[in-house]
Amino acid sequence: MTLWVAVMVSSALVYSWKLLGYLVPERFVSNPKIKDLASLLTVALLAALVGIQTFVSPEGVTLDARLPAILLSGVLFYFRMPFIVVVVVAAGTAALLRVWF
Amino acid sequence: MANKQPSVAAVSLGVGVATGLYGISFGALSVSAGLDLWQTMALSVLMFSGGSQFAFIGVIATGAGVVPAILSAWLLGLRNGFYAIRMNPIVSVSALVRPLAAQLTIDESNAVSLSQEPDLKNERLGFWLTGAAVFVFWNLFTFLGAVLGSQLGNPSDYGLDAAAAAAFLGLIWPRLNQSKLLVLAVASAFLATFLSALLPAGIPVLITAGLALGFWIYGLRGGKQ
Repeated sequence: MTLWVAVMVSSALVYSWKLLGYLVPERFVSNPKIKDLASLLTVALLAALVGIQTFVSPEGVTLDARLPAILLSGVLFYFRMPFIVVVVVAAGTAALLRVWF
Repeated sequence: MANKQPSVAAVSLGVGVATGLYGISFGALSVSAGLDLWQTMALSVLMFSGGSQFAFIGVIATGAGVVPAILSAWLLGLRNGFYAIRMNPIVSVSALVRPLAAQLTIDESNAVSLSQEPDLKNERLGFWLTGAAVFVFWNLFTFLGAVLGSQLGNPSDYGLDAAAAAAFLGLIWPRLNQSKLLVLAVASAFLATFLSALLPAGIPVLITAGLALGFWIYGLRGGKQ
């Protein structure tokens, strides 16, 4: 029961951020400086997720099969390989490395 | 067509499937953290923000209780508000559609939209297609993961964790040809990783928002452009 309340309350709180962003006045968001800030924030937060998703595991910061996989995916993105191909290759690389080592 | 950038529909679908597949691991982890199938599905349908969902079940799994779980999910959801500010003029939704647009405002829909700049039509299309694709696949695979749960074994055996990292990298890749954004991306990735060793899940990502703010203020105060 407590868990259900927590699921509902936290879902509502997460949704409130999403909705709040759409209620900020138009005049404020059409400012190019604000657009620049939103772009910087997006890159920073997503890059942070790349780092965490590559290096962090429940045991803490680790170097494992994900590192070669993400490096390879960077090379593939550089050569303009399709997104889905790169993602599948990254998964396959990490999975195979974990089988072999 | 062959030499052009992939179409926005192809990118959206690719992101939807790739992100959705990671829902298997969310479903499996959520059930092992002690939530039942329907609580797990409620998170994927209603919260619908991967970072917040993983933070929520991660904290529950440690036995820290519901209040820290709620707080970390809430804090980690803050970035969606910034995405919403960016999306608002692009989606330019009516009051009726706005609640739906809000629910689909997540890392992936914003990033695909951003990657289509400056084509406004594709920015809008990328947002809706990606949001819808991720919603469908994320919930489908959450369900599968929660049902299969322990039978499936460890999601990382299938490299799903590396796939998620590659997906996030692909989303910011088109922006990294600007040196300011490249420097910010590298700094954010390392700062968040380093801080993850010291701070609870969710907080390090938020601190990189402060880094972005620093770059922005530096730019305003006379850095070039």
